[in-house]
Amino acid sequence: MSSVATPVPPTGRRRRRSKLQRRQTRLAWLLLVPSLAVVAFVAIYPLGKTVYQSFTNQEFLALEPTKWVGLENYRELLHDTVFRHAVWKTIEFTLITVGFEFALGLAIALVVNSSFKGRGVMRAVMLVPWAIPTVVAAQMWKWMLDDTFGVVNDAGTRLHILSHSQAWISDPSTALAAVCAVDIWKTTPFVALLLLAGLQVIPGDLYEAAEVDGASQLQQFRKITLPLLAPAILVTLIFRTLDALRVFDVFYVFFGNRPDTQTMAIYNQDTIVGDGHVGYGAAISVAIFLIIALFVVIYVTFMRVTED
Amino acid sequence: MSTVSETARPVSRPVSRRRAFRKSRLGRFVTRSPFYLLVVIIFVYALFPFLWALRSAFTPDNELFSTPLQYFPNHPTLDNFTAALQASFFRHALLNSTIVAGSVTLLSLAIGSLAAYALGRFRFRGRSFVMYLMLSMTIFPQIAILGALYTTISKFHLYDKLGALIFSYLIFTLPFTVWVLTSFMRALPRDLEEAAYVDGATPIQVFYKVLLPLIAPGLVTTGLLAFIAAWNEYLFALSFIQSPNNYTVPIAITSFVGKSGSAFQQPWGEIMAATIIVTLPLIVAVLVLQKRILAGLTAGAVKG
Repeated sequence: MSSVATPVPPTGRRRRRSKLQRRQTRLAWLLLVPSLAVVAFVAIYPLGKTVYQSFTNQEFLALEPTKWVGLENYRELLHDTVFRHAVWKTIEFTLITVGFEFALGLAIALVVNSSFKGRGVMRAVMLVPWAIPTVVAAQMWKWMLDDTFGVVNDAGTRLHILSHSQAWISDPSTALAAVCAVDIWKTTPFVALLLLAGLQVIPGDLYEAAEVDGASQLQQFRKITLPLLAPAILVTLIFRTLDALRVFDVFYVFFGNRPDTQTMAIYNQDTIVGDGHVGYGAAISVAIFLIIALFVVIYVTFMRVTED
Repeated sequence: MSTVSETARPVSRPVSRRRAFRKSRLGRFVTRSPFYLLVVIIFVYALFPFLWALRSAFTPDNELFSTPLQYFPNHPTLDNFTAALQASFFRHALLNSTIVAGSVTLLSLAIGSLAAYALGRFRFRGRSFVMYLMLSMTIFPQIAILGALYTTISKFHLYDKLGALIFSYLIFTLPFTVWVLTSFMRALPRDLEEAAYVDGATPIQVFYKVLLPLIAPGLVTTGLLAFIAAWNEYLFALSFIQSPNNYTVPIAITSFVGKSGSAFQQPWGEIMAATIIVTLPLIVAVLVLQKRILAGLTAGAVKG
């Protein structure tokens, strides 16, 4: 392909090119071998193994040999109230955080998209929460939310927003809000940056034309910005949703494996590593995989529908 | 506004005065001030937790654990930093995380750039299949293979070894690296490559003498993103590592215990000093490479 420029006699052209093509194809696959080998070994093989394990009663460091148990694990999973609770907790967390992150992120993106002094600094600042490791961010917030010495309680009572100090993390009624706050803080700027990238490819003359036609700001937003931003919005939502569904770090740092605040991922990790139930844990893994796949399917169909 | 002033010209004095006011410096400031207030709020929101960690890291324990809170330390101290660095598991963690994230990054770049060369510069059957495979890997839930990796790793005697992490982290760094580097490869013009072929260069020579230097900025960006992802990883590290000497940074950050050995009161000053130590280099790197990171992130996500 790259040496098409070199003159080739017309008669031998066809054969020559196909030979070249074959050589290139071979080289391309050769270059891909290491990457494909890694993916096969680190992702595809373990995934297959997980599916296999889910049909067995395998235990980590078990004394008895592993037996094939068919659908036994899945049957048990259907009646596992802890797992069901974890699934709903995770979905609840996903809906809250993705919703807030999208709304706030879009607002921030619109602000940063208009020109003002200090815009560059602003964009740099927005990368700070993103660069901080999730576990570290969770620790920072855990300290900020401390019942006695936390700044949230202190500032809240001083400004009379709170009547008394709250045990944000240990109180079950505020626990979910507390983790959501961390995730929203850490991820909103990232969402904003992705949406901002989408905003910046919208040509400015569209707005000028709309201005001439006397369209209001709101009309411009609804008729120009939203439709043209739709692809960026969808991609951002997909990435965020899939990320939120596998949430582990923040919950684990805040609550450990406290049963009322387990996410799907924490229950799964605890079953495999904590209890050593590899077989049952594999069934949970497969279930999580399917739940996440279901969300992908929903998004992709939605995307197709809006494209038509 | 503008329609009013146009239709009602003869009685437009108050309007035009208002207009003049809006155009004046003070007026511009006043009308723009809600906007700037918003900007300031976003600013504070994004930075506050980090600033609070900074404040807590420099505050001595007796001030840290007393109410009402002092928002600035009266007697700033470095004690928390020295205490954090004296914890041997934390020092090990800094080294371990550097080794793990560094090796994962280099491996991903080396293997991934070859794949990106194939995917970005050659046309062949199965190309789009490989692209989709890599893309689907970037949204792969790592938890789904935890059990299988756990048993595989213990079978190969990698349990509680850094090798286990280097191996398993490739699952999220490599596909991402391939995907982003491919977009960099594709953006290069064809002429240079063709000139090299005319001069008799082999494809491999073209790769490392022509293309690789040209995508160097892309390598830096992608490398940094892969490094950050590996540096931040928690689930696998928590599951595959046991002894404190092999902790990585995220595990070490959650492993500080109070001086008396009781977990009752966590040593928050020390923990905050540790968080500053581990995030400051990342933040500096991110700010220096800001523009390129934005390009890399959007190549990885928006174009996906």
